Amino acid sequence: MSFHPEIPYTTGQHRSERLLSPEGEPFAFTPEQRARFEELASHYPPERRKSAVIFALFMVQEQVGYVSRSGMRHVAAVIGCTPAEVEEVATYYAMFYKQPVGTFVIQVCRTLSCALKGAERVTEEIANALHIKPGETDTTGTFTLVEVECLGACDRAPVVMVNDGWHECQRPEDAVRLLDVVRARGEAGLSGCVHRVEK
Amino acid sequence: MAMEPILTPLVREPGSYTLDFYLQRLDGYQALRKALGMTPDQVIDAVKASGLRGRGGAGFPTGMKWQFVDKKSPKAKYICCNADESEPGTFKDHLLMERNPHLLIEGCAIGCHAIGSSVAYIYIRGEFLHVQHHLEAAIAEAYKAGYLGKNIFGTGFNCDVYMHRGAGAYEAGEETALIESLEGKRAQPRIKPPFPAVEGLYNCPTAVNNVETLCNVPSIVLKGAEWFAALGPEKNGGPKLFCVSGHVVKPGVFEASMHTTVKSLIYDYAGGIANGRQLKAVIPGGSSVPILLPDQIDVPASFDGLMKAGSLLGSAGMIVMDDTTCMVWVAQNLLHFYRHESCGKCTPCREGGDWLLKMLSKIERGEGQMRDIDLLLSVADNIAGKTLCAFGDAAATPVLTTIKQFRHEFEAHIREGRCTCPADWRAKEPVGAH
Ligand SMILES: Cc1cc2nc3c(=O)[nH]c(=O)nc-3n(C[C@H](O)[C@H](O)[C@H](O)COP(=O)(O)O)c2cc1C
Ligand code: SF4
Ligand code: FES
Repeated sequence: MSFHPEIPYTTGQHRSERLLSPEGEPFAFTPEQRARFEELASHYPPERRKSAVIFALFMVQEQVGYVSRSGMRHVAAVIGCTPAEVEEVATYYAMFYKQPVGTFVIQVCRTLSCALKGAERVTEEIANALHIKPGETDTTGTFTLVEVECLGACDRAPVVMVNDGWHECQRPEDAVRLLDVVRARGEAGLSGCVHRVEK
Repeated sequence: MAMEPILTPLVREPGSYTLDFYLQRLDGYQALRKALGMTPDQVIDAVKASGLRGRGGAGFPTGMKWQFVDKKSPKAKYICCNADESEPGTFKDHLLMERNPHLLIEGCAIGCHAIGSSVAYIYIRGEFLHVQHHLEAAIAEAYKAGYLGKNIFGTGFNCDVYMHRGAGAYEAGEETALIESLEGKRAQPRIKPPFPAVEGLYNCPTAVNNVETLCNVPSIVLKGAEWFAALGPEKNGGPKLFCVSGHVVKPGVFEASMHTTVKSLIYDYAGGIANGRQLKAVIPGGSSVPILLPDQIDVPASFDGLMKAGSLLGSAGMIVMDDTTCMVWVAQNLLHFYRHESCGKCTPCREGGDWLLKMLSKIERGEGQMRDIDLLLSVADNIAGKTLCAFGDAAATPVLTTIKQFRHEFEAHIREGRCTCPADWRAKEPVGAH
């Protein structure tokens, strides 16, 4: 039901809605991963080990590239909760990918301070160069382009993240060059965080 | 007003994040030693007398928050440090944790002593991976040197500080949503009361404090409440970190007293407006507070000063916009944020944010109708004050404040059927809502 005379009622996927991931390959932590998880879970009271669920999901994503359904089931078994409880967490947080993504996920901050410094144009240049729209992966599976919300470094706008790596003060006119740099050197080619005066 | 930095001295020096640096160049862990020689109530009284107000957004007195924690409860007590820092325009906790992490750890430990807790969790936003490495290393150093762990300074006081990583959700910054997230659930707020001080993390008495708030505690303990209060205007004492971003020459984090005016922060600290342009508007406290116009900025950037000026200090994230900025676009940009970040628990915010964004996008594209302006106001009014958490007010504010101050720009868009000031730093193809 729409209350606006011209805008039809269509919902985009909202983060509070449920979104099924693919099943993926069978998944289990290696003994080393399991030990790492248990060390972290020991930071919480024993009956509250579910607190470590985000950490466990990051471990799944590190290995599989996204959070698969078999990964979520394994996490549930390790924690001792239901798969639904894990899935509700995995589908809520923006950093978990629900689908396979490219080798490099280019995340351009689109919120106000970055947008005032040309973030829209950064996204536009990269999208045009890769022939994709934000949210899509290029045909080679190398790059996924996404727009993200404020990354908490607005003084060094526009901010871009490539996977977990930071890249600050990205000028729109150099945006396409970033792709070559990442192709050649991966995250090592990024500018990093300006606070790292030691680098 | 110039002031010796207290929270961020020497942050640009190499190695400023190490324990050695903290011990040798700053008063490393002296305050913790002194605090452990005081009773918890004496610590709380000192914080109360200092007038320290929470730096996370609401400005609630920290000493009172700690006093509300139910000490007589037989349950465990917790400190949750709010390091989620996701408010657009805010990046001060980022600097503190990366360059001065031991100050935060010391603040956490003193906080634990004050409320009778032995565990503090630092809930840090997931994207700050590089900060997490520094923080984790600092925590490990503190354990090794005996500033954390069992029987600290031989006083019998035990304290564990753990870092907890989030995974990308603005709403996890709201205190009860943070607690839910820490418990391994979706970051959706709880109904208050009960307040966290009574039933918080794991249903135990909990104090949720911002990073910058906790970083102020060591200097209060060490140098005294009076000294701290005298640094700023009445009820707005202590040092404050201001984040200035947007169209300024020198964006950055600036430590100053709350006597400093918004004008001075923009023109003196941040070097004025870039590219020889003029100031059009500033959002002084992160994206969720009302806009100030150029003739309203000669006011102290304090909790009370900005309130009097018709806005709020919020997270002290000042977003500065020059005269090429289209205010319809600003509202659209911010509503995209709120549409995306709404946790979806209550209808006015989840649905209303979506509608506001759709209507703003339509006007920005030049397809709006005059009646849409009143419809925007009506939808915003039906969100503000009608939601479970303060996010709803925050989401309505960009619409209400831009229409209040710049209604003529909305009308011009609708009359001319296009954006009337498309700046050259914007995308060539207008970006729609997606
Ligand atoms: C939607 C929303 C987001 C918030 N985000 C943050 C945040 O990122 N960091 C923060 O310190 N406080 C945030 N807050 C404020 C917290 O709820 C809480 O008031 C604060 O952490 C208390 O600490 P303080 O008293 O030290 O300021 C947010 C509040 C709301 C309603
Ligand atoms: S106001 Fe928005 S963010 Fe807050 S509880 Fe409601 S839906 Fe969630
Ligand atoms: S707006 Fe991009 S980092 Fe804050």
